[in-house]
Amino acid sequence: MASTTIAHAPQDDHQGPHHGPGFYVKIWALLMFLLIVSILGPMLEHPMLTLITAFGVAVVKAVIVAGYFMHLKIEKRFITYMLLGMLAMVGLFFAGTAADIHRLQGTNWVNVARFQYIEKSLEEIKKLGESGEHH
Amino acid sequence: MATYAQPIATRRRASGIPTGRLAMWWLLGSEIVIFGGLLMCYLLFRHSYDHWHVAASHTNTVFGAVNTFVLLTSSLLVVLAHQAAESKQGGKAFIYLWLTIGGGLTFLMIKSVEWTMEISKGYTLPSNLFWSFYYTAAGIHASHVIAGMVAMAIVSFDVLKGRNLQRVELVGLYWHFVDIVWIFLFPLLYIAK
Repeated sequence: MASTTIAHAPQDDHQGPHHGPGFYVKIWALLMFLLIVSILGPMLEHPMLTLITAFGVAVVKAVIVAGYFMHLKIEKRFITYMLLGMLAMVGLFFAGTAADIHRLQGTNWVNVARFQYIEKSLEEIKKLGESGEHH
Repeated sequence: MATYAQPIATRRRASGIPTGRLAMWWLLGSEIVIFGGLLMCYLLFRHSYDHWHVAASHTNTVFGAVNTFVLLTSSLLVVLAHQAAESKQGGKAFIYLWLTIGGGLTFLMIKSVEWTMEISKGYTLPSNLFWSFYYTAAGIHASHVIAGMVAMAIVSFDVLKGRNLQRVELVGLYWHFVDIVWIFLFPLLYIAK
């Protein structure tokens, strides 16, 4: 009877050093610190500080989770390139549509519908705010 | 010689990594485009409509912050489950997986309380464009949390029997991604007011 031996993939074949639970707890503690920074920073109500502490810190947190918890730092390099490629597609979408969306009017045109939408939304928000205060 | 079938996801390695993990990375790549597109739309509109900050001021930062804490902690738990699975401790991995599911459940409970409060104040999906984005983005994210919890529950029972331990890493990757999406949703929906 013919028999075959199947080559088993090892449980973990990442290329790099392996860490103990203490290492991951330290990473978690760092993420907690960054979470506190991202909450406290915008309280100072400085636009640039809000941008850095809220969104800049979010990027740092995401990189830490991807790098250490998802082991992207020791994963095959082409996986990182693939993910960056996907992010580039999202960036392309943003760049392609931003110019149209950001403008309310041009040399020979006015986005009347959008002006109307802004006015309508402001009225709705005002009403919602009033009804929210009553609750 | 003993012959038994192993899932193809654990043995075919043309790319240099197990096919199951490669498939998970591709899935996450496609998720980047889904969530990335949604978040880019949000940014474009948020930048275009100054009055959105008025609507955004009604979201509850405390709920968002607690949920961020819960998801980051659950990410730690699932990475510990992965580590336990690597050292062939199926029982330990099972416990960590269920603690992670508990984290997901806590997240959803907080979300439901938060949404109940907002809906009772009249902030619903059709209220205006901001709330449409808010419920769509948080809703799609919550559906991913549920999917992750179900996948982890299914994987956990095999893991308890010491089978398919490599799947812990795969559900872990998915869970971390869900965490990363929330890391970006939190400042967008709760912080920038």
